[in-house]
Amino acid sequence: MARVGVFICHCGENIGGTVDCAAVAQAAGELPGVVHAVDYKYMCSDPGQNLIREAIKEKRLTGVVVAACSPRMHEPTFRRACADAGLNPFLCEMANVREHCSWVHEKGEVTTEKAIDLVRIMVEKVKRNRPLFPINVPVTKTALVLGGGIAGIQAALDIANAGHKVIMVERDPSIGGHMAQLSETFPTLDCSQCILTPRMVEVAQHPDITLYTYAELENVAGFIGNFRVVIRKKARSLDEKLCTGCGLCTQKCPTKKILSEFNARLGMRTAIYVPFPQAVPNKPVIDREHCTFFKTGRCKLCERVCPTKAIRFDQQDELVEANVGAIVVATGYEVKGTDFFPEYGYGKYKDVITGLQFERLASASGPTLGVIKRPSDGNVPETVVFIACAGSRDPAKGINYCSKICCMYTAKHAMLYKHKVHSGKAYVFYMDIRAGGKMYEEFVRRAVQEDEVNYVRGRVSRIYARDGQLIVKGVDTLLNSRPLEIKADLVVLASAMVAQKDAEELAQKLKVSYDGDHFLSEAHPKLRPVEMNTAGVFVAGACQAPKDIPETVAQASAAASKVAGLFSKDELSRDPVVAVVNRLGPPTFTTCVGCFLCESACPYQAIEREEIKTRDGKLIKTVAKINQSVCQGCGTCVALCRTKSIDLQGFTNEQVFAELLTL
Amino acid sequence: MSVPAHAAPHPETLPSRVQDATGESVFNCYQCGKCTAGCPLAAEMDYAPNQILRLLQLDLPEMEQEVLTAFSIWLCLTCETCAARCPQEVDLPRIMDYLRQEALRRGLVHPKAKDILAFHQAFLDTIRRGGRLHEVGLIAAYKLKTLHLLQDVLLAPKLMARGKLNLVPHGIAGKEAVRRIFERCGTGILPVDAGATGVSETHAGDAEGSGT
Amino acid sequence: MKIGFFPGCSLEGSSREYNESLQAIAPLLDVELIEVPDWNCCGATAAHSLNHTLALALPARILALAEKAGMDELVVPCSACFSRLASTRHELRQNEALRRAIATCIEIEYTGRTKIVNVLELLLRCAANGLKEKVRQPFAHKVACYYGCYLTRPAEITTCQRAEDPQEMDDLMKLVGAEPLDWAFKVECCGAGLSVSRTETVAELSGRIVEDAVYRGAEALIVACPMCHTNLDLRRGAIERRRQAKYAVPVLYVSQVVGLALGLSEREVGLHRHHVPVRFAAPAARPGTGVPQAGHRLEAGATEQAVGAGQHRLEAGATEQKEE
Repeated sequence: MARVGVFICHCGENIGGTVDCAAVAQAAGELPGVVHAVDYKYMCSDPGQNLIREAIKEKRLTGVVVAACSPRMHEPTFRRACADAGLNPFLCEMANVREHCSWVHEKGEVTTEKAIDLVRIMVEKVKRNRPLFPINVPVTKTALVLGGGIAGIQAALDIANAGHKVIMVERDPSIGGHMAQLSETFPTLDCSQCILTPRMVEVAQHPDITLYTYAELENVAGFIGNFRVVIRKKARSLDEKLCTGCGLCTQKCPTKKILSEFNARLGMRTAIYVPFPQAVPNKPVIDREHCTFFKTGRCKLCERVCPTKAIRFDQQDELVEANVGAIVVATGYEVKGTDFFPEYGYGKYKDVITGLQFERLASASGPTLGVIKRPSDGNVPETVVFIACAGSRDPAKGINYCSKICCMYTAKHAMLYKHKVHSGKAYVFYMDIRAGGKMYEEFVRRAVQEDEVNYVRGRVSRIYARDGQLIVKGVDTLLNSRPLEIKADLVVLASAMVAQKDAEELAQKLKVSYDGDHFLSEAHPKLRPVEMNTAGVFVAGACQAPKDIPETVAQASAAASKVAGLFSKDELSRDPVVAVVNRLGPPTFTTCVGCFLCESACPYQAIEREEIKTRDGKLIKTVAKINQSVCQGCGTCVALCRTKSIDLQGFTNEQVFAELLTL
Repeated sequence: MSVPAHAAPHPETLPSRVQDATGESVFNCYQCGKCTAGCPLAAEMDYAPNQILRLLQLDLPEMEQEVLTAFSIWLCLTCETCAARCPQEVDLPRIMDYLRQEALRRGLVHPKAKDILAFHQAFLDTIRRGGRLHEVGLIAAYKLKTLHLLQDVLLAPKLMARGKLNLVPHGIAGKEAVRRIFERCGTGILPVDAGATGVSETHAGDAEGSGT
Repeated sequence: MKIGFFPGCSLEGSSREYNESLQAIAPLLDVELIEVPDWNCCGATAAHSLNHTLALALPARILALAEKAGMDELVVPCSACFSRLASTRHELRQNEALRRAIATCIEIEYTGRTKIVNVLELLLRCAANGLKEKVRQPFAHKVACYYGCYLTRPAEITTCQRAEDPQEMDDLMKLVGAEPLDWAFKVECCGAGLSVSRTETVAELSGRIVEDAVYRGAEALIVACPMCHTNLDLRRGAIERRRQAKYAVPVLYVSQVVGLALGLSEREVGLHRHHVPVRFAAPAARPGTGVPQAGHRLEAGATEQAVGAGQHRLEAGATEQKEE
């Protein structure tokens, strides 16, 4: 016997100003099954909620309808109130008489009638509601951190220090990412490696962090709290337990002319190599693509000289499986190369370089040991032109966004150049200066006022080479748009920060959203910056959007705190609004015929196959089964099912049709 | 992939007329100056290319006159260098064409541009008459309009001797049809998406040689 | 290969050697150039500067006539005409109402079917069809290929792959035995239509082009546009006066180079019509013999006249008419 309570909210004037709430309450009271109907000014307030709680107890209500705002606002509020009073929260529904009625219509009788209709259909629904109970899902308290740059390092340390296990997977032979390539960082001009390497070592030595370098994510399956990941450890061609990191192999390797990735292709490395002296782990890797032995079958010099016999040419990739409860994606960024710019030479001029390449020149451990030299002839440049916004903010080149860090690092580069070459001239061609962070504006002013860097407001149309110099054709829009021609010895392009080449592939593997620029999408641009739409996967760092180191570290710690929050319980409680495939007694067992249309349609991969067997194990039929831990309750399978074997808890066919037929 | 154009402002403003005629929004320009930096003639112009766009963007009352009487728009060679390099994909050459046409319609041509205009008009006159360019006729008309009677006089005999000068114009068979085209094109006001093209259709059916 | 052909006004007049060389090499390359019947002027710069409708109508008439004559493709050797025709085709194909209005204006039906092909595309097709094997006298010189504005811009209507550093003409030159140089003014404007009304501007812009080519060691500038040729060749005197320097580098049409390489004589490709004499300091060696041949000198019948300061004199030994 239904005993429904109806509560009409005035919401101040929001509803009351347009809808005659007293009349709605009056009409509601006359509906079949309704034993209590009142209206009140603010239902979501404490006294308002008390009205509900008391009515439940006094009138022994079996269902509650609150006619008020959108359920997206206050459904949790009212459901909690019901639960407090002992009524299953899923027996409480809201009729949206604000966004769907008072906010979109004029005051009048027709509007009030519509409100009454909305209440009427929800009453019919709630009469058919069943109590539902949260679904509990166990949580594996290990986190997977993808990416060993500063974002991944920070997140891993924070999660591990919170008492949980971390597996870090880094694609390159060493962790450190791009930050390890930088010379000094703004706005403090701290030595980048000096502040980074202690963290790198901490990660390697942390008892709760398992570090896989030269490894990639092969596969991921499962759901929040229960991911099953497969990691591919690429063959280093080395027995890491025997290798002492003495470096003899890298010294003796005869193949010395491979462009070094770490030095941004400005220097060379050997085929068996450690990317940089402070690498973690400090163990070499054989680049099989360029190694003479792997190409021709001859050499093996490294094997001969290794004092601990650690070289293993026949080593294969190894697949490692692991169970994790959360994934933090911190895979970082790339920068566009000089070949991206037709008007600056298509990459054919050696002395036109990117900002990242300049970092390597300026770096004490770089190919020129920190002396700024022209790549073409090794001379110190007397005039350097820095070009900001090279590729960024450029719809014609397909990059609409601002890369955020270039204004700052260009000022830094110009300053470093002037510190090293006092008599040199530095020009920066810019459109705007974006220096919004703490101490950033002061930093840029320092470049202009103390280091006499020449900022020219205008862009460069083209660059060509002549007499060993680069002719830069720019303009000064502040000087009546006068065209300027500068003869430069070196040109540094602040080239755009872009997503990794395989960002799309990774996103699809993880089943997370990404945008048109292949940056990974956060769940909400303002209020949920580190979560993603896929539950259990979090994002940090430049793979989400261009950002500098302070923001990256902040975001990484934020992601770690979300993971720690997730791990703070042993079980996760999920909303029970999930789909269910019916199960009946024998001989039918279920009306599902096993067509599995639902399986291919489900956007969340939440549908599994269940074998229905006799007691002796003979297979009767294979039918669909919804994994209640993954199902998001979207209803696609419900709509699609040809035999109508699936129903959605909380929005059953019966309930929804009741709403429609009542109208 | 460029940023969507700003919605056209009040129909009477110059930016909106530019947009109607060319499809280009002057508000897409973010004044980076790359057009000016690469323009072969920027140094000779009174207003640099980006400044022409700035005048259109700001659209203060006196600026309409300024931009239409600028010498720059006549110097512009339509070499397309600016459009090729513009990060915001603004079709400045198309806008320049419109400004030239509008300046001509309103009689607002910069005095220094009279030679350039005379050349263009003499060029079109020979086509109107015979259907093709008559180079000698063009030069003759140009000299009469500009009174630069002795210009290139030393080159003429050489060109003659090398057989490069045709004294007699070649009139094509369809030259009447070409003349009618000129008449129909009038002042050439042409909204970009409408059927109305400033073209008169009255001669379409009764022209001799129609469908040639 | 039969293909439609639109010479344009310059090829009939002041740049007739471009036409002559094309007509001369066509049969050697198995190409039949079929001229659009009763074509009119495309309007060039004058039309688009003064009247947008006219700027569409004049090219549209040419294209409509080509279509009526059943031409699927139309070769347009003049880069400026190419640009006008291709832009018109592009604009009218995108706007149905406009196309119909223009068709009414020109009194001929027009659907936009005929494709427009520039001279480099045509020659590269011939290259794919065994041009290299037909080369009898490799044009063994260092050349600066000058593309100008309209072969690479605007991107919507041109097909050159690298708009800032195109290679199509360079590749063609390599095929005929030349050595194309990497230089800095491949696509910089020569001064275009200001040749008459503002010659000083042309002297400046074309002067920069000539200077850079000479600086890089070019023995010839190769062009594919009559306007560019006029500015770089006929206006050489103005260039030299402005820069206070002498530049002897000749300017050849790409079709002339191909013609010479295929074994045609200088007269047949129209070199005698140039203002700047076509001659090379170091004669090209005949392949295989190690014996330097006479090179491409002006033959008997060529004329050379004084043009004020900077007169180019013919060397002794060449057979020439009297000069001084």
